[in-house]
Amino acid sequence: MKSLLSGNQAIARGAWEAGCHVATAYPGTPSTEILENIIKYPGIYTEWAVNEKVALEVAAGACFAGARVLTAMKHVGLNVAADPMFTMAYSGISAGFVIVTADDPGMWSSQNEQDNRHYGRHAKIPIIEPSDSNEAKLFTKLGFDISEKFDTPVLLRLTTRLCHSTCLVELGKRKTHKVIGYTKDIRKRLVLPALARLRHVVVEKRLIELARFSETFPFNKIEWGKKTLGVITSGISYQYAKEVFPDASFLKLSFTYPVPEKLIRRFAHQVKKIIIVEEGDPILEREIKAIGIKVTGKAEIPVCGELTQRIVRESFVRKTRARIKPYKVPARPPVLCPGCPHRGVFHIMNKLKLTVSGDIGCYTLGALPPLNAMDTCICMGASITNAHGLEKALGKSFGKKLVAVIGDSTFFHSGITGLVNAVYNKGTLNLFIVDNYTTAMTGHQPHPGTGKLARGEQGKRIPPEEVVKGCGVEFLKIVDPNDLKATEHAIKQALEFDGVAVLIFRRPCALLLKPSPAYRIDPDLCKGCRLCLHIGCPAISLKSPKDREKPLAVIDPTLCFGCGLCAQVCTYNAILAPRKTKKGKK
Amino acid sequence: MKRDAFDIVICGVGGQGIILASNVLCHAAFLEGFDVKKSEVHGMAQRGGSVITHVRIDDKVYSPLIEQGNSDIVLAFEKLEAMRYIHYLKKNGTAIVNDREIQPMSVLTGAASYPTNIKSKLNQHGKIYYVDAKNVALELGNIRTVNIILLGVLSCFLGFKKRSWKTAIRKNVKKKFVDLNLVAFSKGASRLTNTFSIKKEK
Ligand code: SF4
Ligand code: SF4
Repeated sequence: MKSLLSGNQAIARGAWEAGCHVATAYPGTPSTEILENIIKYPGIYTEWAVNEKVALEVAAGACFAGARVLTAMKHVGLNVAADPMFTMAYSGISAGFVIVTADDPGMWSSQNEQDNRHYGRHAKIPIIEPSDSNEAKLFTKLGFDISEKFDTPVLLRLTTRLCHSTCLVELGKRKTHKVIGYTKDIRKRLVLPALARLRHVVVEKRLIELARFSETFPFNKIEWGKKTLGVITSGISYQYAKEVFPDASFLKLSFTYPVPEKLIRRFAHQVKKIIIVEEGDPILEREIKAIGIKVTGKAEIPVCGELTQRIVRESFVRKTRARIKPYKVPARPPVLCPGCPHRGVFHIMNKLKLTVSGDIGCYTLGALPPLNAMDTCICMGASITNAHGLEKALGKSFGKKLVAVIGDSTFFHSGITGLVNAVYNKGTLNLFIVDNYTTAMTGHQPHPGTGKLARGEQGKRIPPEEVVKGCGVEFLKIVDPNDLKATEHAIKQALEFDGVAVLIFRRPCALLLKPSPAYRIDPDLCKGCRLCLHIGCPAISLKSPKDREKPLAVIDPTLCFGCGLCAQVCTYNAILAPRKTKKGKK
Repeated sequence: MKRDAFDIVICGVGGQGIILASNVLCHAAFLEGFDVKKSEVHGMAQRGGSVITHVRIDDKVYSPLIEQGNSDIVLAFEKLEAMRYIHYLKKNGTAIVNDREIQPMSVLTGAASYPTNIKSKLNQHGKIYYVDAKNVALELGNIRTVNIILLGVLSCFLGFKKRSWKTAIRKNVKKKFVDLNLVAFSKGASRLTNTFSIKKEK
């Protein structure tokens, strides 16, 4: 049977077919749907972990028990999880261990474009790279087998385009495996220096064996075409290159670390010229050049950004078809949704001209006009620690205008340690936790603050305020961010407090609620002053009514969420709550 | 016999239901026996940003991306987005444009203005059909049906069997909305013969 699956869905399917027992992840675009889809299959314990390091370590623990495990994360998530990954390479496995890393060339939803193929080399673990959903499923299964054959974790590397591209996939059945069970083996799992030294030797030997395996891996394959041009490629780039060079000879690499040197040599000997089509860094290029083979790669094709078949063509063929130039039209960056609970907090922070140390989530959009209320954003959790550092360098007086803003899910991910640090080191941090009861940006996954578990069942709820108190914070308030007066008042109090002050702005993400009836603007009262436009709600725009010159503000009733925020900023009281209509009707 | 192949760009504003529409389209094409590839955007752009989905339908598809200037059809859920991506359309291709204006934040704040010449520009690039899907949706009592109405209009250009569409809708739409969306789809599909609601502008 065939089914349409995205790369992420295919990996979930592959994990299920391979008899995976435990799967863990922290949500992050483009990897989120891997675990979301594994949840739909029976027989796999699934867990949204609080962060990627935790996810990988939980998987490693299950692996100690002899369970087949998979953990999935976005590329920057692997930075967080790198610590245990590097040592798991030494420890080895008891049953198949697949680590999925989803890179984001083009930075569709990320803060950097790091190429995680480096991690395989760095941690000395093998990398496999599928080039469509079919291979994604197949390679997930092979990943478990390779892991078990060579006693190593395996890195399955995807990119956004693969995660979120859909194609037809042949479905298979689940092969069940027994959980092998735990046996104590400190030579593998207790990495005291003396023991780890021995393991390092094993790792190096294993790399030699893996290199040999790479030569025979059936999906490292040559597709002969004309021998004037040879293309070496992997992953999604294969698809682009195939469109651009339909007649060329191809060496398609799927087991890309360690590379199959002999196979590459054999290919190189028979073609006249070789180009390397790879997205991101010149990794294959460097490896192949190091073997002593002449190839062209990044001298022609960009390191930055995502590839497309057009970029491949323009890089290597230099012939572009005549096409219409794109029109210059106003950009449309993402915005906070109508009714978003974050809007009020960012509006007030903008009004008070605060320096805002930001973090990662929907609320990062508060950085954009017209809210303009964010100064820095580096990585998950850095809002708190960056703010603490700023204050320590510039002194308490600067700290009086400085705040850190973090979401609830991000707070649990890596905010807590920073908060403990600030309290311990006598900081005067002002921390705003914008608590919308969910991990919104990635599509509403639960976290400890919601108390819901991956499969929807009830877990133990851990309210962020309890954590904050436990960290020794002496100033704590919970505020409704849709009440602008209360929000402003609380913020001013927090700024005055000498010590770490935490405000929790609590209101559920608009997408979790049903919209209320729309607000409307009375054209006779509106003066067209634009004040309401400063809150940046996409439902409010300016229009010139037919009989008047001056443009007035109007609310699009199909977009309005009915949150009432705009009505609080209008000084002419022109924004009216919906008329009470017949019950139950909008 | 080689059948018609279609490269279709679907664009609009995040949150307009483009992903669902493209899922239904791919499913219908699959039921018609085609090879299908689709590529879409998740994550940040989904929050009201500009989004583009590529759908490729052929006997064998490699890249999930459509090259600029190569798309047979552009289905735009919003006018400004139609203009942003019209360069994907091949010469004399077909575009179906939802006659709807959603202002981006830069326009709302007055930093930029919404282009006033969209239709005259678009019309230079092929056969452009404008559909007022919002009003049809409001008639149906649910603004969220806009995506399936537009898909109905698109169906007029693809020649798939009605049954394929119906099954695809059943398989992809939440159960309680299936009936509503089947109606929405046929409303869209019948719009093409109704010259009042689809204006092919010169
Ligand atoms: S998804 Fe929720 S948190 Fe994110 S912008 Fe929309 S309303 Fe705000
Ligand atoms: S009530 Fe005002 S601020 Fe809230 S969604 Fe409607 S227009 Fe936007």
